[in-house]
Amino acid sequence: MSVSQEKIELFTKKAEAVSAVVKRIGKLDEAYAYAVDVCLNKDACQLLLSGCENAISDEASDLCVAKAADKVMAAPKLADEQYAKLAKAAEKAGVKLIADGLRGHLAGIDIGFAVADLGLAETGSLVLDSSSEDLRLSTMISEINVVVLPLSKLRATSYEAEAELLPMMQKAPNYLAFITGASRTADIERVLAIGVHGPLELHILLWEDE
Amino acid sequence: MQTAVKIEEYLQEVEESLGNEFQRKALDTFAVAYRTGRANAFTGMDVKGLIEEIAQAKDDGIRRMDELYQQFKQKAESMGVHVHLATTAEEANRIIARIAKDNDCKKVIKAKSMTAEETHLNNHLEAEGLKVVESDLGEWIIQMRGEGPSHMVMPAIHLSRYQVADLFAGVTKKEQNPDIQKLVKVARRELRKEYVEADMGISGSNFAVVETGTIGLVTNEGNARLATTLPRVHVALVGLEKLTPTLHDALRILRALPRNATGQQITSYVTWITGPNECKGAPDDKKVMHVVFLDNGRKKLAKDKDFAQILRCIRCGACANVCPVYRLVGGHKYGHVYIGAIGLIMTYFFHGKDKAKFLVQNCVNCGACKEVCAAGIDLPRLIKEIHAMIQDEDGHPAQSKLMGMVLKNRTLFHTLLKNMRWAQKPFAEREGQYIRHLPTVFMKEKDQDFRKLPTIADKAFRDEWKSIKPEVRNPTLRVALFSGCVQDFVYPEQMKAAVKIIASTGTVELDYPMKQSCCGLPVNMMGEKQAAVEVARQNVQAIDPSKFDYIMTMCASCASHLKHSYPKLLENDADLAPKVAQFADKVIDFSSFIHDVLQISSMKFNRSGKRIGYHAPCHLCRGLEVREAPREAINMAHDYVPTSEEEVCCGFGGSYSMKFPAISKTLLAKKMANLEAGDIAAVATDCPGCVMQIRGGMKAAGKDIEVKHVAELLAERLR
Repeated sequence: MSVSQEKIELFTKKAEAVSAVVKRIGKLDEAYAYAVDVCLNKDACQLLLSGCENAISDEASDLCVAKAADKVMAAPKLADEQYAKLAKAAEKAGVKLIADGLRGHLAGIDIGFAVADLGLAETGSLVLDSSSEDLRLSTMISEINVVVLPLSKLRATSYEAEAELLPMMQKAPNYLAFITGASRTADIERVLAIGVHGPLELHILLWEDE
Repeated sequence: MQTAVKIEEYLQEVEESLGNEFQRKALDTFAVAYRTGRANAFTGMDVKGLIEEIAQAKDDGIRRMDELYQQFKQKAESMGVHVHLATTAEEANRIIARIAKDNDCKKVIKAKSMTAEETHLNNHLEAEGLKVVESDLGEWIIQMRGEGPSHMVMPAIHLSRYQVADLFAGVTKKEQNPDIQKLVKVARRELRKEYVEADMGISGSNFAVVETGTIGLVTNEGNARLATTLPRVHVALVGLEKLTPTLHDALRILRALPRNATGQQITSYVTWITGPNECKGAPDDKKVMHVVFLDNGRKKLAKDKDFAQILRCIRCGACANVCPVYRLVGGHKYGHVYIGAIGLIMTYFFHGKDKAKFLVQNCVNCGACKEVCAAGIDLPRLIKEIHAMIQDEDGHPAQSKLMGMVLKNRTLFHTLLKNMRWAQKPFAEREGQYIRHLPTVFMKEKDQDFRKLPTIADKAFRDEWKSIKPEVRNPTLRVALFSGCVQDFVYPEQMKAAVKIIASTGTVELDYPMKQSCCGLPVNMMGEKQAAVEVARQNVQAIDPSKFDYIMTMCASCASHLKHSYPKLLENDADLAPKVAQFADKVIDFSSFIHDVLQISSMKFNRSGKRIGYHAPCHLCRGLEVREAPREAINMAHDYVPTSEEEVCCGFGGSYSMKFPAISKTLLAKKMANLEAGDIAAVATDCPGCVMQIRGGMKAAGKDIEVKHVAELLAERLR
């Protein structure tokens, strides 16, 4: 099944409208290189605007100190072969890659890497079966969330995806997430602020998997 | 929260909120931005169709509430979820406190839940010795202030960055910079610590999907994901009305919810939780999950023919976003826990008559909430119904009882009106048709001086009818005129202008049935439902719809009341019902009649070149959905100039402006400012009430902008 250009364009437009970064990739290897690159080019977690540099309470800053000094990327639930390739790229760059134990990193990690199960063009949303706690956490506590969307999994609307969403939800237990853009709030004076509880950035890599 | 015990206290509170400049400005900016945001979010979608689908699906779910609950329970329990049903708010709180105790939980992190606000869950848990922290930023802020939400979706919209900075300084013991981006990051860091320490996460729920036993949560911040992931126990508190048979039903609501709430296409996160998921913080790596369904009157409501529809509410908060009164006074004075139009109604059912009795009077009946409601709830009508119910229970105030009695007796009412002409003589201004000062028996004079009120005309329209009735030899249409009291007794010139224009076609036979009376809207507004029913019956009997092609009225409020309220008011009158349907069907407003039906040509008018602004009466633009006809009609004889917020209420609302003068005055001031900014010579509108309000305001403020009925502005240019 080839995905219409129109659907890809709509997805891109909608995702970008909510501050996501959208890129096309031909091979999955490019995704690993991209994620490592983003990780290298960002400041270490503590220096990013995740809160630690602000006037936070002593207890809250204790949590920051608990974080390891080196850069951490998490990629739970990746297929073994894929994980090995990403690990290799990460190691070369001096980035620590982990697949589990995310509860040990609740102060935050640099990059969360995952592959989406579905995409919804109408709203620029990613669908991730997050039944794994580590996957759930890595997409929440990472400062930058990098998600690969195989284009074969791009659907026009949530209605069109319904027949695929339903079986996922029927397989209990299940924790299914629609993710659209970065974490946001407008609770203070209706001014948009990104990254209130979750990632500060969402990068979506559209993978031409067919 | 609504705490006033006497109406005077409530009025005082309302006046105080009117003085809250920050809140006023914040809500104003939002109201204007929301309109565009919502329109953009729905671009290309069949919004009305979607609303209709949601209403039908919700109604179906509401009818099957018990059955859906049993099915959900069975499904969820088979997966290991504990499902409870709490009859009252108190019981829900007790169940949740017991879950905490049984699981040895000390700290609770909460994701936003209006249902938990409804039950005052935090107070209960705190009294039981638990530490409860709200994780939604807005909720956290108001929690620290010891307040309730002032908006369903944006709970802290009433607060400034400076107030938030002060609060945060208290939490962090550090001085805070009032920079919003920084404050948000401080909250991120402080709350992360709270998630880590919490044993129990409490969430609300936007959907309880029966076919899969799934809880659906809609958030932007992602706090619900963390609160349902990190603690080892998760409790979802869910109103029974959130039960939805299929995933499709939930997805359909999801298409409307964020778009209608804030103009977003979708929120950042939508989370679907089916069964107890992996939780590495729990001894056996598995979450303890409880779902507590709340009845608190919902089951009884579901069986109520009229009020079951309020259970359709999807909590988008749009009714507040568009409400001109909310925009002025904010949610703490326009609701108890639930705010906005739906809040006025829910307060009565969930928090009782005492909390609701003043709130329900504070609805100007402009219909903006009904139009925007994602579930098609007839909010203004239900607010009036509750107002009437409370008066039936508590006794009717002397003033409204008197009004109801008078209106039921047409001849008495009309005699009184005519006599007022003499009674008001001492109060009338020498020049012009305005009352100089008001007889104090009617109202507090000083509260009403923001507008000049008109005197009763020397001769009522009904008394002139015989002499002005046009002769038509071969009529193609037969039309009954319905004047309404204001045009009959105060502004007969508006009726005469319309007659002149229609007569110019020579094809319409006009009749003015003499036994017609007040349309009954004023008494309906005052909660005198029985009188409203009585007057409706008299009018339907006075104007036999089978004899006319149209029943034309130039009063938007009358038109909308005759068309939409009569069938409802007279629904129990089996004999009259077929006639009422026919009657309602034939009601038409002046502009639509001359523009759409008669298709009067612009050739009939000498163009003036005058710049004319337009004020769209609530009951015309929303009540009858008439939007183009009046503007195009004005343009036949003058230059119609668009101005800002044409469809926002002028603040008249009949007796509303007498009861809530401070709000009426502020709405009028905004209306006049918007019109003035258009640099216009005159304002056209098609409701005598709006004429009275805006003309009176212009006069009191010494502005020389004329205010006239569309018919008058056309008649003066008739060739």
